[in-house]
Amino acid sequence: MKKFYIKINNKKILVSEKESILEIARKNKIDIPSLCYHPDLPVKGNCGLCLVEIKGFKKLVRACSVKAKAGMEIKTNTASVAKSRNLNLELLYAEHANKCSTCVNSIDCQLLKLAKKYKIDITEFPKRKSERKTYKFSKAVEIDGSQCIDCRSCLDACQLLSGIKHLELKGRGVKQEIVPKKQEDVFSGLAAKKKGFACVYCGQCALHCPVGAAQEQEQLSKLEPVLKNKSQDEIIVAQIAPSVRVSIGEEFGLKPGTLVTGKLVTALKKLGFDAVIDVNFGADTTTIVEAQELIERIKNKKPLPLLTSCCPAWVRYVEYYHPELIKNLTSSRSPQMHTAGLIKTYFAKRNNISPDKIKIVSIMPCTAKKYEATRKELRYKGKDLIDFVLTTRETAYLIDKNKIKFNALKDTKMNNMLSEHSGAGAIYGSSGGVMESAIRTALHVLENKDIAKIDFKECRGMKGLKEASVKVKNRKLKIAIVNGLANFQKIVDHIDKYDYIEVMTCPGGCIGGGGQPIPTNTDIRLARMKSLYSIDSKKKLRKAHENSYALKALHYLESQKIDKEILHTSYSEKNK
Amino acid sequence: MDLLKKIKKYNLKGRGGAGFAVSDKWEAVLSSKNKDKYLIVNGAEGEPGVKKDEYIIKYHTKEFLAGVKLVLNYIKAKKCILFLNHDYSKYDTKIKAYIEEDNIEIRYKPINAGYVAGEESTMLNILENKRSEPRSRPPFPTESGYKDSPTLIHNVETIFNIYLVSIGKYKENRFYTINGEVRNPGVYNFPANYTIARILEETNNLPSFKFFVQHGGQASGEILNSSQLKKQASGCGAITIYSYKNSNDFILIKNLVNFYFNSSCGKCTPCREGTYRLKEMLSGEKMNWPHFLELIDNLENSSFCALGSSLAIPVKSYIKNVNPDFKPEL
Repeated sequence: MKKFYIKINNKKILVSEKESILEIARKNKIDIPSLCYHPDLPVKGNCGLCLVEIKGFKKLVRACSVKAKAGMEIKTNTASVAKSRNLNLELLYAEHANKCSTCVNSIDCQLLKLAKKYKIDITEFPKRKSERKTYKFSKAVEIDGSQCIDCRSCLDACQLLSGIKHLELKGRGVKQEIVPKKQEDVFSGLAAKKKGFACVYCGQCALHCPVGAAQEQEQLSKLEPVLKNKSQDEIIVAQIAPSVRVSIGEEFGLKPGTLVTGKLVTALKKLGFDAVIDVNFGADTTTIVEAQELIERIKNKKPLPLLTSCCPAWVRYVEYYHPELIKNLTSSRSPQMHTAGLIKTYFAKRNNISPDKIKIVSIMPCTAKKYEATRKELRYKGKDLIDFVLTTRETAYLIDKNKIKFNALKDTKMNNMLSEHSGAGAIYGSSGGVMESAIRTALHVLENKDIAKIDFKECRGMKGLKEASVKVKNRKLKIAIVNGLANFQKIVDHIDKYDYIEVMTCPGGCIGGGGQPIPTNTDIRLARMKSLYSIDSKKKLRKAHENSYALKALHYLESQKIDKEILHTSYSEKNK
Repeated sequence: MDLLKKIKKYNLKGRGGAGFAVSDKWEAVLSSKNKDKYLIVNGAEGEPGVKKDEYIIKYHTKEFLAGVKLVLNYIKAKKCILFLNHDYSKYDTKIKAYIEEDNIEIRYKPINAGYVAGEESTMLNILENKRSEPRSRPPFPTESGYKDSPTLIHNVETIFNIYLVSIGKYKENRFYTINGEVRNPGVYNFPANYTIARILEETNNLPSFKFFVQHGGQASGEILNSSQLKKQASGCGAITIYSYKNSNDFILIKNLVNFYFNSSCGKCTPCREGTYRLKEMLSGEKMNWPHFLELIDNLENSSFCALGSSLAIPVKSYIKNVNPDFKPEL
């Protein structure tokens, strides 16, 4: 690639020709604000905040849309840049109904940050969208039209990253609005079915919204009084997902990928949780159960490929868009549901607590986990296992709101019967992690001996589709990992050539989940991933089936004849 | 002589408004390695007060289509689309009488596509059934236009001129649409170097009353007073006469703002929100004149497309040239 010099604010910078001025500036720590630019998505040039002056250009230029050319002289903070940028920011702010005092996303809100930075008078224009509607998608995600600033990143995230085209932009000019597509009657045979573009609740819209107009449906306001008014005989348990420990630190200014398990446990204890349990434990039981199913399916030539089901957005996608694949989904419940099931049975029994007195709060990187927790198929004895599901962002907001100085906290260990886990459980939060964990265990069982190879690097990384074939005994196990739901289209027509497929809706897997800190981008995803793999590599215990605590728990369920109810489930076609 | 050489010899300029050199566009398209090339003729004619494309389509149908075919064959385009104002569908049969080729298609601008539909990258979006909104440039259409292929886009008048060049009859003339408070409105053909004053004289349209002029279209044209007419008409060559007696400062500005507000596609902040706030100021108690002017400047400086930024031209030139003391009275 050609390299040449340009000047930004009189500073000489060596650049390559394919880079935009905005990318170059940010790489060189020169601040150019933007609200509609996101490195995951195509450049749009809508918001009008990344304006710069280029010598020889009559008009101001959008730094996101112009590629560098040799000799370009760019100024990022002239009077005319400042004037237009501030005015556009003022105009955008006037679109955004002011709900900051109760908004969970206020700690991540880029509009708020820019308004403070440039000292924008937020009352200059009257708000124009106060009457707009809020669209709610299951219990997972919502889009509040009164806060939308028309950047359209949610639209691109929905279409390009998740590939489901559930959102659309209706109307023109000031009347344009992001809305869910209407379902239409589709005739199949004699019966009319409602079909269209259903939401899978992944929350990528929320993750890419700079102003919290698309966000999780918060459950904090209901959880807070529960924590406050807890009765003596009641216990509130937090269960934390594998990926949250490497991301939540970012909300308190720590570097992406910083591992903060101990601080998170301390913070949760301070907030009033009686116990903190590790979903990594449930990841190990999921691996053991799922690997067993893989082996059975291979032996009995039962429907292959086996499809993972720990991503609830993917399960929802299969049920709605590809019901013919339901038979391929593993019957194993997800780590969130395994852990919750074990808390209400094994943990309750061993600690002599009535299951009805335990409230479970999931701390998840995900918005779809909110939906999963309410699924009828995943109840136990007719009741939901989980009471609340918080995203990483909500959890950080709660910690911040309670004035807990997160970075100054001492570490606390989880230290209970549901906290010991293998390295395989730790990497569940990364795309390819579920596959790698399952293979470590399945190979061991199929070969009936200890396998020296532990790292399956072909499962790792940010590629949209990862394929490999693993030699086992006299055959080859063909595997595929779909990283980002839109990439499923690459294999949808020939999935029968694989034996086992992992699908994660969010790019990067759960570390890039819809409930994770904002911003999330490729660099940040990679840092979070790296941190998970280093937990794994530092562990002595690397394989799920070697986790004696997990085996003990599974044994308990079998002895009580509740293993089927707690560990397995089934799915059905959905038309809504 | 080769057609491109002739075009170069005459230094032929596009007549869509921007005046880009025709040969530069051709060379860009011809040099592309992509074999699928397209020709699109822009006859959207969305600028209020301009009727010259219609005039050519109506009175020079044969010559116009001969020009289309010349270009189509020269660049070996896979297909040509005539993108025409929806009002011109009344000439559909007339145009089709000259088309035998299957690779020349007529598409009419959708009624709700708005002012911006004539902007060339927006036109490409419409032709690809996408939202009626401008695209980022670069890439320019000559490099990546219709269906991501190299696309030559010419205005109707440019195509007509190419035909005249091919038969050696091009005289560096252009078409002028004259309207407003004049005796003889209509479309005229004069040398391109005539001043506005001369054109008004030649057509016997120079008013005897106190007047001002807008040239280049009623939405985006510059406004001049009667002593400033030694200029050539800009843009797509429209000249509109307003009398002081029958015009009202406030209504003129308000109509301009309303036109831009109603036309805004909604893509970028300065246009979508800016025109909304301008309109709000003109219709309510919220008027803040310095802020009003700032919003106009901001549109000029930071609108995504050239159409959004052009509101500043008539508003600022009106205030400068016609009524420097203008301040809206609400």
